[in-house]
Amino acid sequence: MHPAPDTAAVLATSLLRWIPLLPLLGVACGIFAATTNRRKLVHVTGPGSVLLAFVVALVAVAQLWSLPAGGALVDNVYTWIDVAPFHVDLTFRVDALTSVMILVITGIGFLIHLYSLGYMHHDEDEARFFAYLNLFTASMLVLVLADSLPVVFIGWEGVGACSYLLIGFWYQDGANADAGRKAMIANRVGDAAFLIGMFILFWTLYDMGSPSLRFEDINRMAPQLGQVAPHIVTAVCLLLLFGATGKSAQLPLYIWLPDAMAGPTPVSALIHAATMVTAGVYMIARLSHLYVFSPTALTVVATIGAVTALFAATMALVQNDLKKILAYSTISQIGYMVLGVGVGAFSGGVFHLMTHACFKALLFLGAGSVMHAMSGELDIHKMGDLKRKLPITRATFLVGCLAIGGVPPFAAFFSKDMILEAAFASGHTILWFLGLFAAGLTAFYMFRAYFLTFEGESRVEPEKAHHLHESPLTMTIPLIVLAVLSTIAGWVGLPHGFLWGDEIGHYLAPVLAPHDALGHHEITTGTLLFLMVLTTGVALLGIYVAYAFYLKSPGTADRLAERFRGVYTVLWNKYWVDELYDALIIRPYGIVSMFFWKVVDSMLIDGVVNGVGIGVSKTSDVWRRLETGNVQHYAAAMLVGAVFTCGLYWLWS
Amino acid sequence: MSVSIEHFLVLAALIFAIGCAGVLLRRNVIVMLMSVELMLNAVNLTFVALARQSLSMTGQVIVFFVMTVAAAEVAVGLAIFLAIYSQRRTVNADELNLLRW
Repeated sequence: MHPAPDTAAVLATSLLRWIPLLPLLGVACGIFAATTNRRKLVHVTGPGSVLLAFVVALVAVAQLWSLPAGGALVDNVYTWIDVAPFHVDLTFRVDALTSVMILVITGIGFLIHLYSLGYMHHDEDEARFFAYLNLFTASMLVLVLADSLPVVFIGWEGVGACSYLLIGFWYQDGANADAGRKAMIANRVGDAAFLIGMFILFWTLYDMGSPSLRFEDINRMAPQLGQVAPHIVTAVCLLLLFGATGKSAQLPLYIWLPDAMAGPTPVSALIHAATMVTAGVYMIARLSHLYVFSPTALTVVATIGAVTALFAATMALVQNDLKKILAYSTISQIGYMVLGVGVGAFSGGVFHLMTHACFKALLFLGAGSVMHAMSGELDIHKMGDLKRKLPITRATFLVGCLAIGGVPPFAAFFSKDMILEAAFASGHTILWFLGLFAAGLTAFYMFRAYFLTFEGESRVEPEKAHHLHESPLTMTIPLIVLAVLSTIAGWVGLPHGFLWGDEIGHYLAPVLAPHDALGHHEITTGTLLFLMVLTTGVALLGIYVAYAFYLKSPGTADRLAERFRGVYTVLWNKYWVDELYDALIIRPYGIVSMFFWKVVDSMLIDGVVNGVGIGVSKTSDVWRRLETGNVQHYAAAMLVGAVFTCGLYWLWS
Repeated sequence: MSVSIEHFLVLAALIFAIGCAGVLLRRNVIVMLMSVELMLNAVNLTFVALARQSLSMTGQVIVFFVMTVAAAEVAVGLAIFLAIYSQRRTVNADELNLLRW
């Protein structure tokens, strides 16, 4: 076993609070700029605050690396809740896992902020946009820096709120506002489960004499918890997983993510690809010590991941909207991460999270660059041959496609391979096969998008063709940087026994639950090589099929669609999941709500309340006639009363 | 024939009844006020008679108390009627019936 976290070196510092605080200051500047109409200000404070946060994060990570392995930086800001026995400190903590996350969030976040400078340049509400984007960055940083579940929940809700605000950023169009609401509601369903899981966990820990939701304490108590109350562990893990399926867009709550593409493209890149949607994976990795004590929950995690990966990949096959394709591929890729953490490859999941953040941000920003050039057009059938007009975008997009497709030596080859290898080694052969199949589909649909967009015949509408232009430098520089990152990010996690090996795994090992906790079989180098060749082969096959269908003999795809009309219809309608939810949940909910409104509220409750009022009014209409206002009548009443009382008294005694 | 306690009590009861009738039947508020005084004095008479009968000072002290209160009551009552009269040019109880439904 690795060293217990609480015996490792811990360095107290007040540096960490500045990491989320700096973007928060950016929010203040953004609000000031938005209300006083000083748009120039956010050009500096928007990206600048995130850049400063990135620098602070680098300093913190450098400090962390000077500590022995398994060390952590801790910044105790203040006591947030102190209602005995429930005690929560607002404490930030940087360990190996968090260090990866903060570098991804601030680093890629900065690039996306920079890109937004160019992308949002023409927008009236630029200042509001940067305020939201900074607020999102701050919330996400709180989420990953938190050292206890309640503080994670602050960030968890914060990123959800920002996601809502940014999806519906162009709220003037009702459809965008609806998409925002859909995301909010789907997330809320998951969040409720997350909260319940947290409460149950606290209650159980309280009964066991450790009333604390700090990760350190949860991990310390996990073995005991697993022994005493295995069912509770399973229940808690499943509830938290359900929360994760909302935030990370997995089955069954993934439905909001494709619609979330209604937001500005940098938002899709930052929130709905690189950072927020990976929060669920992060959370499971963070609680890995708890999850390993519930094999049932882990199997469910792995199954959801693998099925989502394949399910979303099939839906991406027939989409024509460039951003929608990327949205489904995001769902699919997060499915891989969830599969990874589900089969016990926690570091593999986090590794794929990191590489995915690079290449998916790249792809989204590339799509944004195309959209910018095409005056908002996103239908890939109305593109083609953009490579001449958009050389940088095309080159970087190609790198992104190779990276996501899993072609060596690009990023996802290593990270996806690590996950598939772990799935194979853990004996989940079916899940491994689903993952492998999805990998082939991924390569196919990404290259379908690439070929239709950048190669072949131009199908651009004439009036759009003449002002096709490469994007400004603020947009292309992030693309280039991300392309470089997408190429090299995978090299930190080579398979065991190759060159420097699995560096990221070693780096994360002190924080995560160990692989062997699940009884993995070691697989031989021969098997490993075979698996690598197999996944590469599948990826290349996917690319070749895309080439054959869309470039070599265009029209093949249409003929196939004609031949397999049934399958095509199912995929085109996205398995009717939205319609299913509409029929199963939304409509019955509407009917029940209507019943409670029209019958229970309007008739029953209002009836009782108004009935009492009307009754009193009618009765008093009669009785108030007694008040004549004539003093002699009152005096007579007094006399009668007095006589009556005396009479009673006389009779009674 | 000596004057017994019953005589006092019957006289007091008669005066009280007259006062009561005056309050209930007369329309002029000044007369009603005077009738109230009658009722008060009837009660005073009862007190004095019973105090003498039981050789107690308490009843007589209460009489003084009642007389003080009655004086104050008359002062306040007359002030109110003056004010009403200057406003409404009437002190007829039938017409002073604003305070009603």
